[in-house]
Amino acid sequence: MVDFSNDTFWTYLVKAVLILVFLLTSVLLAIWFERKVVARMQVRPGPNVHGPFGLLQSLADAMKLLLKEDITVKAADKFVYLIAPMIAVFCSLLTFAVIPLGPQVRIPFTDITTPAQLTDFPVAVLYILACASVGVYGIILGGWASGSTYPLLGAVRSTAQVISYELAMGLSLVSVFIVVGSMSTGEIVAGQTDYWLILPLFPAFLIYVISMIGETNRLPFDLPEAEGELVSGYMTEYSSMKFAWFFLAEYINMINVSAVATTLFLGGWRAPWPISSINDGMFNEGWWPIAWFLVKMWMFMFLFVWVRGTVLRLRYDQFMRFGWKVLIPFALGWIVCVSIIRGLREFHDVNLQTVGVVIFAVAIVVIVVLRFIPEKAPAGAAGAAGAAGSDEAFDAFAAGYPVPPLPGQKLPPSPRAERRARAAIGAGAPGTPSSTDTSTTGKDDDE
Amino acid sequence: MVSGGEAVLFWCVAPLMVLAALGLVFARKAVHATLCVVFVMICLAVLYVAQEAPFLGIVQVVVYTGAVMMLFLFVIMLVGVDASDSLVETIKGQRLAGWLFGLGLGAVLVGVITRVAFPEGVGLAAANAETNPVGLARILFSDFVFDLEVVGILLVTAALAALTLTHKARLTPRVGQKEMADARVLGGKSLVPLPAPGVYAQRNAMDVPALDPHGQPIEASVSRVLRVRGQERGAPLENELPILTELKQSTQTPTGPVRPAVERLVEPQAEPPVEPLVEPQAPLPAQEQSPRTTEEER
Repeated sequence: MVDFSNDTFWTYLVKAVLILVFLLTSVLLAIWFERKVVARMQVRPGPNVHGPFGLLQSLADAMKLLLKEDITVKAADKFVYLIAPMIAVFCSLLTFAVIPLGPQVRIPFTDITTPAQLTDFPVAVLYILACASVGVYGIILGGWASGSTYPLLGAVRSTAQVISYELAMGLSLVSVFIVVGSMSTGEIVAGQTDYWLILPLFPAFLIYVISMIGETNRLPFDLPEAEGELVSGYMTEYSSMKFAWFFLAEYINMINVSAVATTLFLGGWRAPWPISSINDGMFNEGWWPIAWFLVKMWMFMFLFVWVRGTVLRLRYDQFMRFGWKVLIPFALGWIVCVSIIRGLREFHDVNLQTVGVVIFAVAIVVIVVLRFIPEKAPAGAAGAAGAAGSDEAFDAFAAGYPVPPLPGQKLPPSPRAERRARAAIGAGAPGTPSSTDTSTTGKDDDE
Repeated sequence: MVSGGEAVLFWCVAPLMVLAALGLVFARKAVHATLCVVFVMICLAVLYVAQEAPFLGIVQVVVYTGAVMMLFLFVIMLVGVDASDSLVETIKGQRLAGWLFGLGLGAVLVGVITRVAFPEGVGLAAANAETNPVGLARILFSDFVFDLEVVGILLVTAALAALTLTHKARLTPRVGQKEMADARVLGGKSLVPLPAPGVYAQRNAMDVPALDPHGQPIEASVSRVLRVRGQERGAPLENELPILTELKQSTQTPTGPVRPAVERLVEPQAEPPVEPLVEPQAPLPAQEQSPRTTEEER
């Protein structure tokens, strides 16, 4: 465990305030970052008017939200309507209490050394999950209390989404617990001294990354606030500061899941490999690790923005099917594999190399077997193939609209092609167009 | 036994919990009652953690508050339980059987609990020697592994039963996105969204049909509701056009706000006298600025 024995009330207070300030400024930066990066991906400049590189844009937006009129809709359930955004923000602020930002650091101008982490306890990662699951109450209550249809639909979607993706997320975290043997964030980082857990647990990392995007309601999983379908989902009826709180909670949650991913899979504050061996681990001590942590965390933030700029929103049934029928079974299977390997190493004297060779062999066999299983053709394609077998000509206008041929079908020769060919022969007789063509190309080549 | 901090915490949290528990009983709305339960559960978790049982406290929040109560809330919000349930027995003798089984279970529990002899406690320090979750895991997966498996099987059975009870056989083939698209093509109707009203006309009012490239009005561009009510306006007539262009020029002169004058001038000519129902408040609505701009700014 991380050593908190030097900590007094004052160090705790200072750390808590610092974390709060860090989160709020990070949100301002994250909004600017997201808008700027998405803008560059869409080949436009993005915010560039207020401050250098438009850095003060999100500050201006925050001030605008603060000063806007605060509307409480008539149909709202006043009390719940008011506390819903508070729940969302407070729960999102709790997560960073157990994130290790760095190892023991010496507070400047004093002799006090203290871990760069507010607190740690044996069930810290479960605590993170608990905070996330209580935070959903903000969304669902906000949707219900607005007394309106679209927010309610958004809230219901969000509940279903978060419950199902939290399952997958929890299962992917279980393999980390099995390998490290602890749920304390400090020990998980300590357990990654030799290698980061992303290497042995890459499938779990993948599941975590997918479900963290689902958990934070970000594109392509932003169905609770799908603009095209639900106006803006659970926060449709919110305005001014209450809306800003939901906004804040969403961005803090993004930072939270990025920080958790960094801590559990990317070695937390540990320096990346070639740097970590410089000068006997100089960069793994003091204040340096906080920089590594921030770099890794912002890599995940970039991933969020990248995904948002690339992938389209899923349809709701596809999304739920993906969560329940792909992610969760896959995560369960992965846990069984990890447990078996871990059990073999724990209770039998099995060499790690033997285990690796066996896994490799099994993987090869599975891949070879999968090669020989014929791919199931969809019914429509099979029908089309059958139709193509007959010599019946494909009629593109059979249904009234021109449709392209399916695989296997062939368009009848175009009447225009025949005409064009005839015209070409007719025009080709004087020989002028072809000769000019060759002459121009020849000239181009010379130049 | 109890440290000062723990006592203070208890006396702060306990009255709130009692209040919230009373709220559960007396709340009018089901959602408020649910909220009270959530509050009690979280306070309970806080007390568990204060009593050196962090695993229990956190799991209480993750499982009960985060998942079970969330599902309750989900159902309450969707279904709404304000309507009173029917109290008619659907299965004969169900209530009697329920009472009998309940009393039997009570008798068994009382019998077991009164006879049980607990071993001497070992103390928190010994129990949590290898951190709380590890100590708990050692007990659960060694002494009580059979009980754990039985409870697991019970839960899986219940989940399967719920699935079976709510499952219904599909009577008609499933209509998916592809089937709907096929049906739309076969139906011969427009494959693309309908044209917006007034886009190719001289105005963008809701009740003026759009003009196609040949200058003919497209009926379908006006909302069906307006057409059924007879609130549709005709496309601008040819002879109005010079007036409109003239007016447009006059609005561009920088002599101040002329918009009200435009409205007054256009109104009687542009509106055919066949529509008595229409009370157009803004015949030239320039709704350029949507009131909610936050979404675009994101």
